[in-house]
Amino acid sequence: MAAGVATWLPFARAAAVGWLPLAKKTMPKPPVDNTSRSDEILYVNVSGVRFQTWKNTLDRYPDTLLGSSEKEFFYNEDTQEYFFDRDPEMFRHILNFYRTGKLHYPRHECIQAFDEELAFYGIVPEIIGDCCMEEYRDKKKENQERLAEDTEANEAMDAPLPPHSTSRERLWRAFENPHTSTMALVFYYVTGFFIAVSVIANVVETVPCRPPKGSVKDLPCGEKYQLAFFCMDTACVLIFTFEYLMRLFAAPSRCKFMRSVMSVIDVVAIMPYYIGLVMPENEDVSGAFVTLRVFRVFRIFKFSRHSQGLRILGYTLKSCASELGFLLFSLTMAIIIFATVMFYAEKGTKGSTFTSIPASFWYTIVTMTTLGYGDMVPNTIAGKIFGSICSLSGVLVIALPVPVIVSNFSRIYHQNQRADKMRAQQKVRLARIRMAKKGTANAFLQYKEDRSVGDRQSNSTALCVKNRSAFEHQHHHLLHCLEKTTNHEFTNEVNYSELCMTESVGFRTSRSTSLSSQQGAQNNSTGCCPRRARRRAAMRLANSTVSVSRGSVQELDTLHVKTTCIPPQTRSSLNAQAGDLKLNCGEQDFTAAIISIPTPPANTPDESLPPSPAPIPGILRNTRATAYTSDTVKISSL
Amino acid sequence: MGLVMGTFSMQTKQVSYHKDKADDDLEMTMVCHRPEGLDQLEAQTNFSKRELQVLYRGFKNECPSGVVNEDTFKQIYSQFFPHGDASTYAHFLFNAFDSAHTGSIKFEDFVTALSILLRGTITEKLQWTFNLYDINRDGYINKEEMTDIVRAIYDMMGKYTYPVLKNDAPKQHVDAFFQKMDKNRDGVVTLDEFILSCQEDENIMRSLQLFENVI
Repeated sequence: MAAGVATWLPFARAAAVGWLPLAKKTMPKPPVDNTSRSDEILYVNVSGVRFQTWKNTLDRYPDTLLGSSEKEFFYNEDTQEYFFDRDPEMFRHILNFYRTGKLHYPRHECIQAFDEELAFYGIVPEIIGDCCMEEYRDKKKENQERLAEDTEANEAMDAPLPPHSTSRERLWRAFENPHTSTMALVFYYVTGFFIAVSVIANVVETVPCRPPKGSVKDLPCGEKYQLAFFCMDTACVLIFTFEYLMRLFAAPSRCKFMRSVMSVIDVVAIMPYYIGLVMPENEDVSGAFVTLRVFRVFRIFKFSRHSQGLRILGYTLKSCASELGFLLFSLTMAIIIFATVMFYAEKGTKGSTFTSIPASFWYTIVTMTTLGYGDMVPNTIAGKIFGSICSLSGVLVIALPVPVIVSNFSRIYHQNQRADKMRAQQKVRLARIRMAKKGTANAFLQYKEDRSVGDRQSNSTALCVKNRSAFEHQHHHLLHCLEKTTNHEFTNEVNYSELCMTESVGFRTSRSTSLSSQQGAQNNSTGCCPRRARRRAAMRLANSTVSVSRGSVQELDTLHVKTTCIPPQTRSSLNAQAGDLKLNCGEQDFTAAIISIPTPPANTPDESLPPSPAPIPGILRNTRATAYTSDTVKISSL
Repeated sequence: MGLVMGTFSMQTKQVSYHKDKADDDLEMTMVCHRPEGLDQLEAQTNFSKRELQVLYRGFKNECPSGVVNEDTFKQIYSQFFPHGDASTYAHFLFNAFDSAHTGSIKFEDFVTALSILLRGTITEKLQWTFNLYDINRDGYINKEEMTDIVRAIYDMMGKYTYPVLKNDAPKQHVDAFFQKMDKNRDGVVTLDEFILSCQEDENIMRSLQLFENVI
């Protein structure tokens, strides 16, 4: 709960006087507050810089170091002040948080130093105000990425292999990081060499060589030295196939590997050769076969494994693909418009090359990109006018993309990041608010539980109960008054659902109920919780212990969530010593746990309800027992 | 092509010019209220100077402008009741605090109400409660007003209660209340009936003492 609201608690309690005439039951006694109420000025000495503030100011946030009793550890009796051996510049911001309720991030400070100060003073960084939150998150992310990069680079460089890795893992590692072993490096260079050879061969075989003796026509070298080129091609394809199969074998996730871009490029590079082998020497199909040879040029993309720069370029294009797409679209629009205009302008002329609109596309593109081949030229005056407009606008259209793509890319990229960040932050904030609300709700339920257990064991809960602050005492008393006014009690969702079940069958004592009786039960209490009807039937069919265990598992989850994921504003989560807090009452309640564990079957929801509050603490007690056993296991593992 | 797009974009710019001026005017008139002097407040309420100082420091910190409007009030009150919806009851409370019906609570209103609730006589407290229940300030509490109040209180409990909240629980509660308070059975409760019935009830008298040492 936002602790700045602590100042309003007296008013909220005073307003409870309005409930008094309506109350059906008597109000509970208010908590006795023995601490002196007068406000005093505290002196805080941080490395020699003296700060002064009201005690109330610090008490506003009771789950931080300065707001709780933890600051007593730093109290210096001789000088009557609290001494902290920390950075006074940072402390200024921390203290301002208490004063104004908003935590600001000083932009000139190192993010890690700031984080450490926050952790020391027990303040959760999520409280940083909206004005500084984005900056804080950006810097933090940047820092983390930088650290991650450094560690990754270190790892990749000289991390030794884990001792018992299989040959498959070693092979994969050799493929991914060729610098790790000599063999891998050799293989890396060999494949690189063969890619180059293959690409050069593809290029050279089309160059016209001197014709063989007895012929006049120039032949491309590919046909003259057909056997040599074929052998070279075979060798390269063999190497590539071998490499691909080895990678496929070594890949940790074969499906993922087969879907990756590089693997697709590999396959496309070697497929034409095999298809050519398989295909018969047929005249019809050989035309298609020639087309397939074009795909051999994809081998050049295999170089991207060897070049970091190509990879970055590919990533850049991929990430600003939408920009490029829009550019293409607008260009297409312009081309269509101008082509149409030119066609109709030149329609009448005799011998015009503008035979159709698609034919005019070529003219438009050549003119807009300022190429101007001159194979298509307008003859009419209107055609020339529109042609000049076309070329002028072409200059604009072509001059715009390059800087626009660059700036668009960086702007849109960052914008998207920010939008996603804000959406994620918003989700996180709402989730945090929800959890804080749940936390306060659960805190009150826990308090009630403690009290009910305390009624049975009067001496042991005193220690437990004291762990709550005066604020919590008073707040819980307020909620208690509301309960007494309305004669209803607060529960949580799980208990509520179980209650719906038990209320429907509350007056049955037998465990074995037939389906027909369930139907009757459902009809009786549809007003209670109609949505739970289906779940109720499902749960009823299981036997009672299973339903209790499931209910208790659910309870366990919720309580466990409460005990382990304490809402972010409490310090105990930061200090990760939640066990210590429970340690005080761990002992006493552990005995309670031991006693009540053997009796789960007795507290099934099937049995008839004993007088009012017993079943709830009964169910809760079981689960709390299990929750506590798990907690004590946690303590012992420390 | 670019010319066309350029001319379109230029037109849209001119429209937004006029809006900015209105925003500037709003910024100038920020509300800032100062309470009367400490001595006057001490005379008017049952608080000591020190207590007033503590109260004002807290109040000023939360509302630097010196006034609380209804939305802020609802927000603050809702934070104490996370289980359910406290906004309706907060609305009634706000009207009860804002005795002058100005639409905002100043520090004087705040402290006056607190003084009555915490340090006032039994009659004053009951009178304040009667004013809270009497929504339309006509001097009578009728069943509709009471039902609204009780329903608002039950809303604060939220959905998950034990025993399960039935739909007619507020109505039953109101009927029981009228049974007790409405002496002459005329369907409305006047201030005198209210005070008389409360004075007869031991529980209410005792619980009125409970909230004395909240500050």
